[in-house]
Amino acid sequence: MAAVPVSHGLILAGILFMLGLSGVLVRRNIIFILFCIEIMLNAAGLAFIVAGSRWESADGQVMFIFILCMAAAEVSVGLALVLQLYRSMRTLDADAASEMRG
Amino acid sequence: MNVVFYISAGIAVVSTLMVITRLNAVHALIYLIISLLAMAVIFYTLGAPFAAALEIIIYAGAIMVLFVFVVMMLNLGPATLEQERRWLRPKMWLGPSLLAGVLLAELIYMLARVHPSAGGKMVGTKLLGLTLFGPYLLGVELASLLLLAGLVGAYHLGLRPPPQSHREGE
Amino acid sequence: MRLVKCGVDMLELLWLIPALPFAGFVVLALAGGRLSRSAAAVVGAGSVGLSAIVMVLVAFEFLGTPPPHQMYSQTIWIWLRVGSFAPAIAFYLDSLSLVMIFVITFVGFLIHLYSTEFMIDDEGYSRFFAYMNLFVGSMLTLVLADNLLLLYLGWEGVGLCSYLLIGFWYTEPANGYAARKAFVVTRVGDAAMAVGLYLLFTRLDTLQIQDLMTRAAHAWPAGSALPVAAALLLLGGAVGKSAQLPLQTWLPDAMAGPTPVSALIHAATMVTAGVYLIARTHVLFTLAPAVMAVVAIVGAVTLLLAGFSGLTQWDIKRVLAYSTISQIGYMFLALGVGAWTAGIFHFMIHAFFKALLFLGAGSIIIVLDHEHNMFKMGGLRRQLPVTFWTFLAGAGALSAVPLITSGFYSKDLIIWQSYASTKGSVWLWLAGVVGALLTSMYTFRMVFITFFGPPHAQADHRPGFRINLPLVVLAVLSLAAGFINLPASLGNLPLFSDFLHSALPPASILPAKAGYEGLLALISSVVSVLGIFIIYLFTMRYRRLTEKLANSSVGGVLHRFWLAGWRFDRLYDRLVVRPYVWLARIDKDDVVDLFFDGIAWVNRMGWRALSFSQSGHLRWYAAGMAIGAAVFMGMVVFL
Repeated sequence: MAAVPVSHGLILAGILFMLGLSGVLVRRNIIFILFCIEIMLNAAGLAFIVAGSRWESADGQVMFIFILCMAAAEVSVGLALVLQLYRSMRTLDADAASEMRG
Repeated sequence: MNVVFYISAGIAVVSTLMVITRLNAVHALIYLIISLLAMAVIFYTLGAPFAAALEIIIYAGAIMVLFVFVVMMLNLGPATLEQERRWLRPKMWLGPSLLAGVLLAELIYMLARVHPSAGGKMVGTKLLGLTLFGPYLLGVELASLLLLAGLVGAYHLGLRPPPQSHREGE
Repeated sequence: MRLVKCGVDMLELLWLIPALPFAGFVVLALAGGRLSRSAAAVVGAGSVGLSAIVMVLVAFEFLGTPPPHQMYSQTIWIWLRVGSFAPAIAFYLDSLSLVMIFVITFVGFLIHLYSTEFMIDDEGYSRFFAYMNLFVGSMLTLVLADNLLLLYLGWEGVGLCSYLLIGFWYTEPANGYAARKAFVVTRVGDAAMAVGLYLLFTRLDTLQIQDLMTRAAHAWPAGSALPVAAALLLLGGAVGKSAQLPLQTWLPDAMAGPTPVSALIHAATMVTAGVYLIARTHVLFTLAPAVMAVVAIVGAVTLLLAGFSGLTQWDIKRVLAYSTISQIGYMFLALGVGAWTAGIFHFMIHAFFKALLFLGAGSIIIVLDHEHNMFKMGGLRRQLPVTFWTFLAGAGALSAVPLITSGFYSKDLIIWQSYASTKGSVWLWLAGVVGALLTSMYTFRMVFITFFGPPHAQADHRPGFRINLPLVVLAVLSLAAGFINLPASLGNLPLFSDFLHSALPPASILPAKAGYEGLLALISSVVSVLGIFIIYLFTMRYRRLTEKLANSSVGGVLHRFWLAGWRFDRLYDRLVVRPYVWLARIDKDDVVDLFFDGIAWVNRMGWRALSFSQSGHLRWYAAGMAIGAAVFMGMVVFL
């Protein structure tokens, strides 16, 4: 295994994270927003793996496992919420759910 | 192995870009799965085989499938595509890209001064298992609690409301 | 002479004398509404009566077996302790305070008894007695106080009760205005007095009166700036409370209160608080001869001013009010020339006959259904005989009718000593004599118009026993009380002056002038009788001439000028009240508040601006987070 510079790995994670962030900010469909959140979580996990690999310890992977669990729980609850939202508002527009304005 | 890393990195970036710009939800999903597979390869090159396996099995295999289920259940038709096209004008991209670009620039600026290298040795499953159930045992328990909470929450939130009773009709 | 042989030293009951009226006040304030008329009367008049009985016991003890140095001090508790300053609730009894408590409790009790019948038809019966008891308690605290702080407490207490009682019939706005006027004008004096107390305390480090006097005598040379300033400030307070120039405008309007209030507060006791203050702090005043001259001049001018005003009034109570101002002017004149005991003697005699006159006027007012205008009365001597004879006795004492009235002895003592004292002068004597002429003129004008001549009104009933008894008692005192202090030319029996010499220094008489006493007494007697005769001519014989005089151009102007109390009210209105009201109006919303309102306004504007950022859109909030992260990272990286 040839070594990869840590900065490159982290920069990759950063790029992926920013792509996810811009996706969250641009798209109006809630499902797409959830996709982009997953992208961001994945990028964070990558950063952890890179760090664990640099120190040659298992801690990075452990953290990645925790992130995975969290993503799973979050997705299930989030999608259930999306279903509720769709039932009551008949649309998947994120901007429609703005009754807490002002 | 360097080359593999950079190639998979490129694939991951390109497919992520495709995810955020597609109009059709299922298309975006497929691209996302590709991105995750590329990530798994990256993990392997960095010496984390177990993480790579988990990425494919759980992330791409379970979470994405969950997404697919929900998208299918929602049954979004061509009207949604039209809506998406209306919403995704190019000028919408201006602000968020700027913001993301600024953040990325700052991040790269900070990271450019870091020099160590990674990915020399492979960290095996056995070491991972010992670490997970050793110092991080409490974390494991908490993660299981979290999953339980997610399960219960998703169950309740997903319930259909009970049908209206006929008493009010009179 | 121990009347009661028992284990307790009677002097230790001193604290009961102010405590009993306060207790009466508490009972009436808490339970007054539920008490019957007779119960309220028993509590109200009884508390003062009991206080009078205790006073008699204390007086017997004090006179029979005098305590060392003729002074007795009783500390109840230490009021507060700040560093070395520890004023106490402590009472101090010497001959001066004994005279004061005698007058206050005795005359006070008679007036309370009178009020039980006078106020019988009034709804606020128990409220009246509550206020009166509070007043008597505060006044007793004032005169028995061991230190100036406690004295000030009593001072403020009597001011409060004066306000409450003047405005007793509060449903009438004019009464409230009169009460406020009294309070505000005396407040000016009280503020001066407070500054004087601060000055004394910061310089001499104590407010305990006897201590203060000895320290002042040691520390301050006579005539230096500090005692002059302190004495002047205390004089300011005295002038306010005693309605002398320039703060005399409140007393005529204070007649809006019920007549017993006028008798007790505005004749016998509260208005003499200033006289008491000056007498108590006489050491300070003797250290400032300039201020004593001011006191004498203030007294002289005020007595003349009030005399002229009294000559023109048509309201019987206002005549008596101006008369009070004038007589207190005599007391100030006495204090100013160093005739301390003469001033206190006149105070005591004045309390008797002035209370008598007010109570008599009250009995007329109440049987004529609250008629105050003398010109609507007339011929009352046949309808109200008791009132007539007692009123005549009081009027005689006021006019200092020679030899038979007590007023003659007290006023003559003052007039004589204003001539003969080392600080006296012939001008002060002349003022006193002219004032005596005016006094007998306006007094008997009042008597003739009210009791003689054709009757214009009919009394609907005769006053009862509770009104007549105090009148008779006070009439006897007005005639007889003068005999305890006979001047040198008429028997030389200065019992009263000698009694007071343990507390107040004797007046120093210039030997060169000492021989004129008999002559001056004769002049005073002639003047008072002359005054009665002149006014008899004007009011009874040459009525039409009098009216023509009053309506002539010069006469009319003078009449209106004197009727309005030398137009002081208008002067103060222009000078003080109007600018103040104008200032208050332009600052209605209080300029200082603009700053605080401004803070609130900025807050509201900020809220309005920021509420636009709460759009409810999810992506907007996410963008906010991202922007925040960018800013923070930028700060970390670049700063």
